[in-house]
Amino acid sequence: MAVTSAAVRPRQSILSRLSESRNVLGFGFMLPAAALLLVFLTYPLGLGVWLGFTDARIGRPGIFIGIENYEYLWSDSVFWLSVFNTLLYTVSASILKFMLGLWLALILNGNLPFKSFFRAVVLLPWVVPTVLSAIAFWWIYDSQFSILSWALQQMGLIDHRINFLGDPTNARASVIAANVWRGIPFVAITLLAGLQTIPQSLYEAATLDGASRWQLFRYVTLPLLTPIIAITMTFSVLFTFTDFQLIYVLTRGGPVNATHLMATLSFQRGIAGGQLGEGAAIAVAMIPFLLAAILFSYFGLQRRRWQQGGGD
Amino acid sequence: MKFTRRDVIRTTAGAAAGMLGGQFVGSPAFAQEALKYKPEDGAKLRLLRWSPFVQGDEDQWLKNTKRFTEMTGVEVRVDKESWEDIRPKAAVAANVGSGPDLMFVWFDDPHQYPDKLLDVTELGDYLGKKYGGWYDGPKQYATREGKFIGLPLATIGNAIVYRESWVKEAGFSEFPKDTAGFLELCKALKAKGHPAGFTHGHGVGDGNNYAHWLLWSHGGQMVDEQGKVTINSPETLKAIQYAQELYKTFIPGTESWLDVNNNRAFLAGEVSVIANGISVYNTAKVNKDNDPKLTEIAKDMRTTNMPIGPVGKSVELFQVTTAVIFNYTPYPNAAKAYLQFMFEDPQMSDWITSSACYCCQTLKSFANNPVWKADPNNAAYAKASETLRPNGYAGPLGYASAATMADYVLVDMFAKAVTGQAAPQEAMEEAEKRANRYYRV
Repeated sequence: MAVTSAAVRPRQSILSRLSESRNVLGFGFMLPAAALLLVFLTYPLGLGVWLGFTDARIGRPGIFIGIENYEYLWSDSVFWLSVFNTLLYTVSASILKFMLGLWLALILNGNLPFKSFFRAVVLLPWVVPTVLSAIAFWWIYDSQFSILSWALQQMGLIDHRINFLGDPTNARASVIAANVWRGIPFVAITLLAGLQTIPQSLYEAATLDGASRWQLFRYVTLPLLTPIIAITMTFSVLFTFTDFQLIYVLTRGGPVNATHLMATLSFQRGIAGGQLGEGAAIAVAMIPFLLAAILFSYFGLQRRRWQQGGGD
Repeated sequence: MKFTRRDVIRTTAGAAAGMLGGQFVGSPAFAQEALKYKPEDGAKLRLLRWSPFVQGDEDQWLKNTKRFTEMTGVEVRVDKESWEDIRPKAAVAANVGSGPDLMFVWFDDPHQYPDKLLDVTELGDYLGKKYGGWYDGPKQYATREGKFIGLPLATIGNAIVYRESWVKEAGFSEFPKDTAGFLELCKALKAKGHPAGFTHGHGVGDGNNYAHWLLWSHGGQMVDEQGKVTINSPETLKAIQYAQELYKTFIPGTESWLDVNNNRAFLAGEVSVIANGISVYNTAKVNKDNDPKLTEIAKDMRTTNMPIGPVGKSVELFQVTTAVIFNYTPYPNAAKAYLQFMFEDPQMSDWITSSACYCCQTLKSFANNPVWKADPNNAAYAKASETLRPNGYAGPLGYASAATMADYVLVDMFAKAVTGQAAPQEAMEEAEKRANRYYRV
C-alpha cells in the first residue's frame, strides 16, 4: 500500500503543479485556437503559396517549377491590367468610402429626428448579400434597360443611353460606384461608434475657447478618431482589394478585361481555366499589397503621436 | 432559365422499388439493356447536372430516372447547379476524388482529367452501333485515344433568331445565307432603326459561339492539328475586319453583354437579329404573362442557321455536354446501367422531345424525332451535332483548348478590335501571345 501511494503521489504532484502553472494552462487554452488557425488559415495559405510554384492543373497535382508562373505573369499584359484595375478600384473606392462614410457618420452623430431609424437604414446596403445588390446594379447599368439612362432621357438631359459597362472608363467608374455604395455603411457605422467615444467635455472646452466648427473637427474629432479610422480603413481596403462577387456578376472582367481584378482573374485562370498553379500565383501576388495595407495600419496604430493627431 | 426547385430531388426507391428490384433481369422492356450491367447490391447514385434551360428537360429526365429506379431499385439523386458552376465543381470532384458519381460536364472538361473518368467504351460502342452512330463533333469531346471517357449527351444548338417583318422592311425577301449578304442585311436593318446584337462580352455561351463563328467561317483557326498556335493569319485578319463592319450595325453596349442580355434586348424589341439557343423563342411562345406585345414578337420570330462564310460550309462551336462517370464511384455498374437506360429508346426520344429542341441528339437515329418538325423555327437547331466543330479546332482537346476558351482569348481579340482599342493586327498578335502561353510553345 505504502509503495502504491509513494508511486502515485509524485504523479499527482506533477499534475497539480502543471494545473497550477500559468504557462502550461495558457498554452493549453490557446491550443484549440492555434489548431483552428493552423488547419483553416495557415495550411490553406501555405498550400496556395506552394501551388503558385507548381504547374498544378485540375486533375493533376503538378510539379515544382520554381518561379515560372511568376515569369509568365510578368510578361502577361492581362495580369498587369488586372493589377492596375485592382489598385485603381481599391484606391478610388476607399477614398470615396472614407469621405462619404465619415460625412455620413458625422451627420448621424448629430441631433437628427428618427436617429435610430436612420442608423438602421444606413446599414442596409451592407446587410444585403453582395450578389443580390450586384444583380440590382447589373440592371441599373444595363446597356438597354438602365433606369438611370431612362430617367436622364426622360428629363431630356441625354439623347442616347449610357453605355455603362461597355466602355472601359464607364465600366471602371460603374463598378467603383457600386462598391462605394455597398461599402459606405461599414465605414459610416464604425466611425460613428468611434465618434461616440469622444467625450462631450472636450467639445465644450474647445467651444469655450472659441473654436469654430471646423476647428472642433480638425483639432478634437479627427485626432481622437484617427485610431478608429486607421483600423476601419485597413479593413475597408482589404475588403475592396479582394472583391470578387461584384465584378463577377456585373462584367465578368469585361469589357476586354477592363474591370478584371486580381481576384477575378485568379478565379478565371485557376478554376474556370483549370490552371490551378497560375491562378494561385495571381492570388499570391495579392499578398504583398495586402501585407502593406496591414503593416501600414499596424505601425500607424503603434504610434502614439500619430494617434494623437501629431505628425511624425 | 428556371432556377426554381433548387431543392434536391430524391427519387426514393421505397417499397415499390424493393418489390420491383427483383424484376430487373426479367423486365421485358429492359431485358436486352439489362444484359450489359447489373447494378451492385445496395447501389445508390448521385448525378450532378446543369440547371435546365427548359423545364421539360428536367421533368423528363427525372421521370426517366424514376423509371430506372423502379426497374432496378437503384436510388438516383439528381442535383443541379447553374451551368457555369459545373466546370469548377467537376474539377474539384475529379481532384479530390469525391463527390457525385455522375456528372453532365461541358466542352473539353472530360479531357482535363481523363484518368479520373470511368472508361465507358463498351457502352459507347454498343449505343453507337445500336442507334446509327455518334455524330463526330460530340464524339470528339467524349473520346480520347479511341476510348470513351464519357457519353456525348447533347448539343445545345445556337442559331440566328430574327424578326421577319423587319428583315422584309429592310428590303430582304429572305434571310441571307452567306456572310456578305448578312452584313448587307444588318446595315439595312440598322438604317431602318433595327440594329443587330451579337455578344462581344464575357458571355460563356453566346460570346464564344459568336467569336468562333466569326473566326471559323473565314477560315481562321486558333491552332493547327499539332496544337501550334496559328491564330495570327490572313484568314483571322479577314474575320476581324468583317467583325468590325458588322459591329457598326449593332446596338451599343454589346461588348458588355453576358449570356442573357441578347435575349432580353430581343424580347423587348430592341434588336432585330441575335444568335441564341431555342430558349428565346420558347420564352416568347410560352409567354407566361400573356403579354400581347410578346405574342406579336413570337409570331414575327424566325430562326435560321448562321450564315456561311468564305470557307463554304457551316461551322459552329455550340455548347456540348457529356455525361461522365467518375472512377471513384463505388457503383460503376449501376452508373453504367443508368446511363445505358437513359440513352436507350424510348427514354432518349422522350427526353429530346421534352427538351423542346434545346438538346440536340448525339446519336444519329434520334435525328428523326418529330420535335424538329413540330414548329418551323425548330429546324435550325436540328443539325447542331452535325455541324459543330470542337473547341480549339484543329488541335487536340485538352487543358490548353479549355484554358484558352475560359480566358476568353478569342472573344477578347474580336472585342478589342471592334471597339477600336487595338488595330486588327495588334489584337491578333495579342491573342497569339495569350494562346501560346496555354499551348506552351
